[in-house]
Amino acid sequence: MSETPVLKVDDLRIQFRSGRETVHAVNGASFQVNAGETAAILGESGSGKSVTASAVMRLLQSPPAYVSGGTVHFKGLDVLAMPLDRWREYCGRDVAMVFQDALTSLNPVFSVGWQIAELFRTHGVASGKEADERAVELLERVGIPDPAARSKDYTHQFSGGMRQRVMIAMAIALGPDLLIADEPTTALDVTVQAQIMELLESLREESDMAMVLITHDLGVVADAADNVAVMYAGRVVESGPVAEVLSRPGHAYTLALLDSVPQARGKGGKLRPIIGSPPDLARIPKGCAFNPRCRFATDICRQEVPPSVAMAEGRVAECHHADQVFNDG
Amino acid sequence: MTTAEQEALIIRRGVPWWRLLARDKFALAAALWLLILFACFLVGPELFGKAATSLNLRARNLPPGSLEHGWLMFLGGDALGRSMIARLIVASRNTLTVALCSVVFAMIAGGILGLIAGYIGRGVGHVIMRFADILQSFPSLLLAVVVLYVLEPSVTNLIVVLAITRMPIYLRVTRAEVLEIRERVFVDASSALGGSSYHILLRHIAPVVAPTLLTILTVDFSIVMLAESSLSFLGIGIQPPEITWGLMVAQGRNYLSQAWWLAFFPGLAIMLATLSGNILSNWLRIVSDPEQRWRLETPRKSDE
Repeated sequence: MSETPVLKVDDLRIQFRSGRETVHAVNGASFQVNAGETAAILGESGSGKSVTASAVMRLLQSPPAYVSGGTVHFKGLDVLAMPLDRWREYCGRDVAMVFQDALTSLNPVFSVGWQIAELFRTHGVASGKEADERAVELLERVGIPDPAARSKDYTHQFSGGMRQRVMIAMAIALGPDLLIADEPTTALDVTVQAQIMELLESLREESDMAMVLITHDLGVVADAADNVAVMYAGRVVESGPVAEVLSRPGHAYTLALLDSVPQARGKGGKLRPIIGSPPDLARIPKGCAFNPRCRFATDICRQEVPPSVAMAEGRVAECHHADQVFNDG
Repeated sequence: MTTAEQEALIIRRGVPWWRLLARDKFALAAALWLLILFACFLVGPELFGKAATSLNLRARNLPPGSLEHGWLMFLGGDALGRSMIARLIVASRNTLTVALCSVVFAMIAGGILGLIAGYIGRGVGHVIMRFADILQSFPSLLLAVVVLYVLEPSVTNLIVVLAITRMPIYLRVTRAEVLEIRERVFVDASSALGGSSYHILLRHIAPVVAPTLLTILTVDFSIVMLAESSLSFLGIGIQPPEITWGLMVAQGRNYLSQAWWLAFFPGLAIMLATLSGNILSNWLRIVSDPEQRWRLETPRKSDE
């Protein structure tokens, strides 16, 4: 592939340093996404997926957060190396982000129309009345009924799904090339989830935008993403095309994750929850971080960090027992 | 259309503020009283300036409630037989000028410094906070005495001194609020969509802090009136023949046992002005908060 990926994250490492200890929130996250593609980052709470997204947008506050290694490239530009002011110019215009809880991510004291119009005004795209009109158009585009009247309403007057639509409207307002969606549907119920994902998908297709979808929901990943990167304890432990990774995982963690999800169609086999809880990121276990919870774990897992194993075209897993998992699963 | 839908429509269209005011009896009364005060402030000294300074020795310490000496003596006369009501009206201009200007200046200066201290933090923030510490650790009355003694006591200097001594409260409250608000997701969201620090501070943080500051302002209003009266009492505030309510209280204090009304009416004026300000600011806070406004907009049964 000769085309430059829209976003390329390479071996990103982020630490949170407090007086007493250092929390290794991200310990080598690598993934990339091309124009028109959706890359999902899948992981439990505390696996470092949201921190990765915040680092890409440079929203982390330092202290306590420090990027201790790795690079982030947006269309070939080194994001972490450029001055923050310059990166902020790209934000909103070329890169945008949707947050999990739209109620808190919109300002409560301004009407939503005003907030969207303000985006046009601060970026100098449109002013005054024109900005207001474009805000209404956008609300219509994301499927808000009666947009002209609704644009005068405040955040708390919208339902959860509608709020998320407003947030999405703001994110796509200036036609970004990359949209980072940080758990966009987690706070919503299932039917609304499906609508929001559909909306995101159709917007992505319309404008050939790249999308990074951060989620812990396997169903969302399976439906919406092209590629997936599975994160555990701050590392991308497996990555590859969604259909392949989910049907034939190469990492014991991915397999365990799949086993722990109930199937909606009829009664399946017994669920196998993952025993224990994710590791304390200040004290990550030696060797493979997943070893204390892994049913494949052997001595080598407790001693050595597993190397990346290329399973197939575009598929990588970091597991000592990748072959066994791959053939067993 | 069902009633619920109609109601929703009414809310969406928004009820004009003056209709909301008319519905709330206390707020309406407070607004009317402040309007009267404002009228006194504008034309009082021109209309009653003469009556407030003309002596009538027969009406010395005249008790209130009689119309014997004309309606100007309705609230009684002061120690030199001047009309209480005229003096109250004339004093409103100085009182309100000093009190309003000092709290507004204190709020603006304290608010801006607080925003900076809270948002930038560290270096600059520390300097600002230590500055506030110094101001607060210094007895404000002593500071005022020193400054007013060195400079000369005038309305302008009085305003400056009162504004500076009241400022730390606004500064601290603003900083505390900013520290909390800057962690909210909408601030992150704004910077993720390309908002500059300046934009975030002005458009996202300041509007959320503003109602709190306005509430403090109304409470502070009365404190400043009293502070001004104690300075006037010490002889370094407003100089007679200029008058303020605070000065009237201070002067009436000597006659408390014989003529209570000398101190009572100016005190009442201070209290009513403060109370009205408080009620109205409370009402304003609810009206200006999009999440609270419906409380006033939803019509009560009796209005139907």
